Amino acid sequence: MLITCPYCGPRDVIEFTYQGDGNRERPQPASQDLDAWNAYVYDRLNPAGDHNEIWQHSGGCRTHLRMVRNTVTHEISSTGFARGDHNAAARHKAGGKS
Amino acid sequence: MAEYSALSLLTNALRGNKDWKPAWRKPDPKASYDVIIIGGGGHGLSTAYYLAKEHGITNVAVLEKGWLGSGNVGRNTTAVRSNYLLPSNTRFYEHSMKMWENLSHDLNYNVMFSQRGCLNLAHTPGQFDDLARRGNAMRHLGVDAELMSTAEIARLVPALDMSASARFPIVGGLMQPRAGTARHDAVAWGYARGADRRGVDIVENCEVTGFLRDGDRIIGVQTTRGEIRAKKVAVAVAGSTGRVMQLAGVDRMPIESHVLQAFVTESLKPFIDTVLTFGMGHFYMSQSDKGGLVYGGDIDGYNSYAQRGNLPIVDEVMSEMLALFPGLARVRMLRSWGGVCDMSMDGSPIITTGPLPGMYLNCGWCYGGFKATPASGWCFAYTIAKDEPHAFNAPFTLDRFYRGMVIDDKGQGATPRLH
Amino acid sequence: MSPRRTETGGRIDRLRTIRFTFDGAPYTGHAGDTLASALLANGVTLFGRSFKYHRPRGLLSAGVEEPNALVTVLRGEVREPNIAATMVEIYDGLVAVSQNRFPSLAWDVNAVNQLGGKILAAGFYYKTFMGPVFGPLKGTRFWMFCEHFIRRAAGLGKAGIAADTSRYERMNAFCDVLVVGSGPAGLSAAKAAADQGARVIMTELEPRFGGSANWSGETIDGAPAADWAARTVTQLEGHDTVRLLPRTTAWGYYDGNTIAALERVTDHKETPGKGEPRHRYWAIRAKTVVLATGSFERPLVFPGNDRPGVMLAHAGERYANDYGVLPGDRIALFTNNDSAYRSALALKKAGAAIVAIVDVRPELSAEMRSLATEAEAEIVSGHAVVATEGGKALSGLKVQRFDMNSGTLSGDARSIHANCLLMSGGWSPTIHLASQAGARAEWNADRQAFLPPKPTQQQWIGAGAFNGSFSTVEAITEGRAAGLSAAGATGAPAAVPDVEATPGNPDPAPVFEIKAKGKSFVDFQHDVTAEDVRLAHREGFVSVEHLKRYTTLGMATDQGKNSNVPGLAIMAEALGKPIPEVGTTRFRPPYSAVSIGSLAAERFGDLKPERLTPMHDWHLANGATMYSAGLWFRPMIYGLAGETIEQAYVREARATRESAGIVDVSTLGKIAVQGPDAGEFLDRVYTNMFSTLAVGKARYGLMLREDGLAFDDGTTWRLGEQDFLMTTTTANTGKVMQHLEYFLDVIWPELKVTVTSVTDEWAGAAIGGPKARAILAACVTGTAVDNTALPFMGIVRGQIAGVPVMICRLSFSGEMAFEVYSGAGYGTHVWEALVEAGKPFGLVTYGLEALGTMRIEKGHVTGAEIDGRTTARDLHLDWMLSKKKPFIGSAMMDREGLIAPERLQLVGLVSLDNRPLNGGAHIVEELDAANPHDSIGHITACCYSPALGKHIALALVEGGKARHGTRAFVSDPLRKRFGPVEIVSNHFYDPDGSRMHG
Repeated sequence: MLITCPYCGPRDVIEFTYQGDGNRERPQPASQDLDAWNAYVYDRLNPAGDHNEIWQHSGGCRTHLRMVRNTVTHEISSTGFARGDHNAAARHKAGGKS
Repeated sequence: MAEYSALSLLTNALRGNKDWKPAWRKPDPKASYDVIIIGGGGHGLSTAYYLAKEHGITNVAVLEKGWLGSGNVGRNTTAVRSNYLLPSNTRFYEHSMKMWENLSHDLNYNVMFSQRGCLNLAHTPGQFDDLARRGNAMRHLGVDAELMSTAEIARLVPALDMSASARFPIVGGLMQPRAGTARHDAVAWGYARGADRRGVDIVENCEVTGFLRDGDRIIGVQTTRGEIRAKKVAVAVAGSTGRVMQLAGVDRMPIESHVLQAFVTESLKPFIDTVLTFGMGHFYMSQSDKGGLVYGGDIDGYNSYAQRGNLPIVDEVMSEMLALFPGLARVRMLRSWGGVCDMSMDGSPIITTGPLPGMYLNCGWCYGGFKATPASGWCFAYTIAKDEPHAFNAPFTLDRFYRGMVIDDKGQGATPRLH
Repeated sequence: MSPRRTETGGRIDRLRTIRFTFDGAPYTGHAGDTLASALLANGVTLFGRSFKYHRPRGLLSAGVEEPNALVTVLRGEVREPNIAATMVEIYDGLVAVSQNRFPSLAWDVNAVNQLGGKILAAGFYYKTFMGPVFGPLKGTRFWMFCEHFIRRAAGLGKAGIAADTSRYERMNAFCDVLVVGSGPAGLSAAKAAADQGARVIMTELEPRFGGSANWSGETIDGAPAADWAARTVTQLEGHDTVRLLPRTTAWGYYDGNTIAALERVTDHKETPGKGEPRHRYWAIRAKTVVLATGSFERPLVFPGNDRPGVMLAHAGERYANDYGVLPGDRIALFTNNDSAYRSALALKKAGAAIVAIVDVRPELSAEMRSLATEAEAEIVSGHAVVATEGGKALSGLKVQRFDMNSGTLSGDARSIHANCLLMSGGWSPTIHLASQAGARAEWNADRQAFLPPKPTQQQWIGAGAFNGSFSTVEAITEGRAAGLSAAGATGAPAAVPDVEATPGNPDPAPVFEIKAKGKSFVDFQHDVTAEDVRLAHREGFVSVEHLKRYTTLGMATDQGKNSNVPGLAIMAEALGKPIPEVGTTRFRPPYSAVSIGSLAAERFGDLKPERLTPMHDWHLANGATMYSAGLWFRPMIYGLAGETIEQAYVREARATRESAGIVDVSTLGKIAVQGPDAGEFLDRVYTNMFSTLAVGKARYGLMLREDGLAFDDGTTWRLGEQDFLMTTTTANTGKVMQHLEYFLDVIWPELKVTVTSVTDEWAGAAIGGPKARAILAACVTGTAVDNTALPFMGIVRGQIAGVPVMICRLSFSGEMAFEVYSGAGYGTHVWEALVEAGKPFGLVTYGLEALGTMRIEKGHVTGAEIDGRTTARDLHLDWMLSKKKPFIGSAMMDREGLIAPERLQLVGLVSLDNRPLNGGAHIVEELDAANPHDSIGHITACCYSPALGKHIALALVEGGKARHGTRAFVSDPLRKRFGPVEIVSNHFYDPDGSRMHG
């Protein structure tokens, strides 16, 4: 699998660390909504198909990526920085509800 | 005379092997059952078997989307052990171990459970103490465990690099003598045959495409072979848990599906007579009766339903293999394959009623599901029949995560790729 | 002259004689020979024994698909088992031995298995060996007794124990076009792409490029096809952008159009060249892959088809044309298609007598008839071979009239005298890589073969026989088109060269098996017969995967290259279904077996990097015994002559508490946390407050995971308003870094903070003990180190021996202690200065054992207690949980399971029998050595405490805090250590901290 890091360009998957489901929404730090916290920590979307994910270019620039990757074919249809708003579209595309 | 025995082999051979019956029927599904089990893998089939055998519930269908046993029961590295750290796991897997010890007789099918032991290696005194903690935990629950010295290890596995100059020298190990390996396909076939002989319908090529509901309650399934109703619908689909639960409207689960690769070498004369694990990485190996070294390592590390692996893990596993066995550099890897594992958030399984009324759920096996097959089916059958868990699976609830009662043998927290 | 060597012909170098041994007997061959061709030339017919019945076997093929002739190649003590003799290039001094036989290849006692006959049919072992249900052999014992013998009989070659001393290397390569296979299709593709200026890599698994052009006997543009191939290779070599890889098997098709390939660099050499690895593992990332992998000829299934001397037709042709060897001098052929006629003619031309061509088809084309006439061969059409004769070599065969439509035999059997039988059952395209790439094969009724479909996930183009286009003209045409397209060119391909080929249609008649009395083999190596396939059908193992798993068909070292399609065809017939409805298995990597050494490559013998502290060499030079901790090496003790480990650490710890000791703490994780929001960030990350920490002060901090469990601890130093230096435990350094980065990048991108790993930038020495301050005072310049200038948790900067240092007064040992940080390059310089300054004060160097001892005495936690399952409360660190602010884990840490009173809590233990305690021992309320039960906890760390004069331990015990002052027992059945302990507070030593506060 080749992943295109927005800083470094296409790199082998070996340089990256998977950081999981990108649809999880962390409650506000002071939130006491335990169900929301539990859902954030333990529950995952796990689709067979396009999935909105967070990865880190840990063996490179160490930036975090948000990308849409098909979990059946491993095709990556979009990558971008995890920080910032430009990921809203990607999140929407992968069917995330948050 | 038992249907399968040395004598029946002989008499059948004399008749040219013309009289053998199918190991299981190929029935069309009926319109309704008492219990539907989704998933014709090891756990689904053993659940059906124990529903019939232990609870007298025989109006049961097992629905398999492909061929029977096409999931992880036919893709694993066949190790059977109960050498866990935490009591909930140890008790459950030891129950399984005891069932394994009599499984061939129970099923009248030789599942070739070979108790050649499982040896975990330690590479530092600290690791050795960690193994001692685990071994002692086992012993306090009546499970067999022994520490092994380097001299004993060298005798048992002469091909190991025992030199002090190794990058990670071996300082000792923990052995569970009753652990071992079994013939994975035979387990699926033996349970299928046993369930079939007790009246269970095993329906292959029958994919569940949706759930029938009455309000919240699950009352049956839609399949590629029509609607089938049932009083109880049990889900035992391992790596496909995310997919199937989504059909029931449950989008989010404490499960991620990951690919685990496994490898086998060409057939060799006897080389290693135990199941062995490396302590400074993730590597395990045993030798099959045919002579192939069967081995594996870490999961690929990201969600996947692909049943095929990536190259970096191949390199990693082979490197760890040679760190232990430098003589194997000239031996060749013959075949690799991938299985989709249902990685849970604490590395331990879920066997429970719910999460919807009329539904029962069995998942979260990570890469330990094969050895659990007997106990998983036994406990799941109990849970389905009685609508409450047996003591063995009572800790394996779905709400344990929310309640902070995780069973985290590796202490890695909610990071499935690390379990 | 060897008995089977032709006078002329072949692509071997007859002037170079090569000497080798097989099973100890000396043989000669020529350069260019394989072990198979050289032995065949010497009249050898028996090459191996089959897996189950130990039947004598000869060569089936001439290539990578060989299932029978497997040998072990020896290089001194180092063994390489299971190598196909057809793939071993001979060299002077080659030592090869046969396998799976005892006592010898010719006389194998296990051949007695053949007498088992029908009892040993497919799956028989599932039905027996279960043993009695009671008595001493109940349970698994009987099976394991039987298994012992089964295992010894099974297996092929023997693996070595001696370490392989060869070198393996890995190469990453990138190209526009990767061409797999160098037959006419591959060569044409590579040439077309290279002419467009594309970066091209071409792999060929055989030693020579050219594929079938080397032995087909065809002519291209008026010259032998082999010359055309050689000329094309020369042209390719002229391109700077082309890399040609012979002896290279492309074995895996992975994501991202990555092809894994194995180059056998020096296996064919007596001694490798300077710097040459044995194998080179290529990871080739190609924009487009051209699959020109050709096809395999299929065996026919009939009784006795495994007799030595029965061979694939093209293999016979290849032995003659490629190697100048006749597989026999009286040759019969058995076919269902035209391609065998070309083989017959080739062997006739090479000097063999062609006694008969047995063809299942009743009607033959005029072209085939004339080819047979040219070969002086009798055509026996509408017939089939029903038996073969001979022992370790073929002596003859029997044929009978055969009706292709009904599959029935009739009439009398007729004997034909021959010492070689060449068979052709049609051709199967080599679609393995395409299948790995996710494409599902499609059955083609004309070809009677599975063809590759359109590519799905990966970028590849097929050409030639891979596509089922078996003629050379088609191969060249498709190859060129594929090469052009892969190179991104659109122009019309150049004119196709003029190919003169033997006529014939390789589309076979749909005949796979001749049903007659006797064992008909489908999978040769695994001894799977047609009857086994039918038995599987009878028992319901009808899905292709069940067939494979129940009978082991296709699981041998050839991975079904020979047996797959015939096996499916027999099952399809039994089911009364067309072949495609039975399905085909998905091919998985590798295409053919790959050495494990090549996959480990440079990591063979170098699994993981070694991390050494800046003072590593000093430690070694000064008597340290090193301890491997993760990737790090750290001093365990600095033992004196004759000291045991315990004596050494007790001396070191005692001296530290009495005067002073110094320890290397460079391995601690160090992270620079900098920026305007650094304080706020640390408040969120740690359970306690850091934004309020004064500049020039340090604070001990605790981190939780999101789920509320303890994660890591360490001190963080405020070096400036916006500048913190965080320290972490050695083991968690990477995880903590990743944790911080995740939150900054993904969760709180609005925080203006950067984190930088500076672990390797700083060398650290911790110096502690009553004399520590005096030692610092003696060597530090530029700052005072007294209580005012350097209070507890204070930080100062100064110099030691002219080098800038940063000193923080903090203590892990419980003594007054200081951590001295200097630039890593000065680590040893500063260390030596400290050691020198300490000499008058009795300073000792101490290692991990003494460090651990003092931390146990002090009751500090490490990774043994923060094990991913404990909470702050469990470890009595709840005083660090700020109530003023939320922090990572604060919302989750009070869930019911995490505050339950029966949780394991940290306690101290004192051995009451004055005997040592063991790490990993358990704790019980009631001792029962015979039947240990009801553990209430376990020891996480233990030592002999010189300060207390007792054996003590830290332990995690159920409801531990409430048990202080009570008695319990250690229960360690693994090491048979049982005895009474007292449960106490984990703070054994100086609980109010007066010593470290000074």
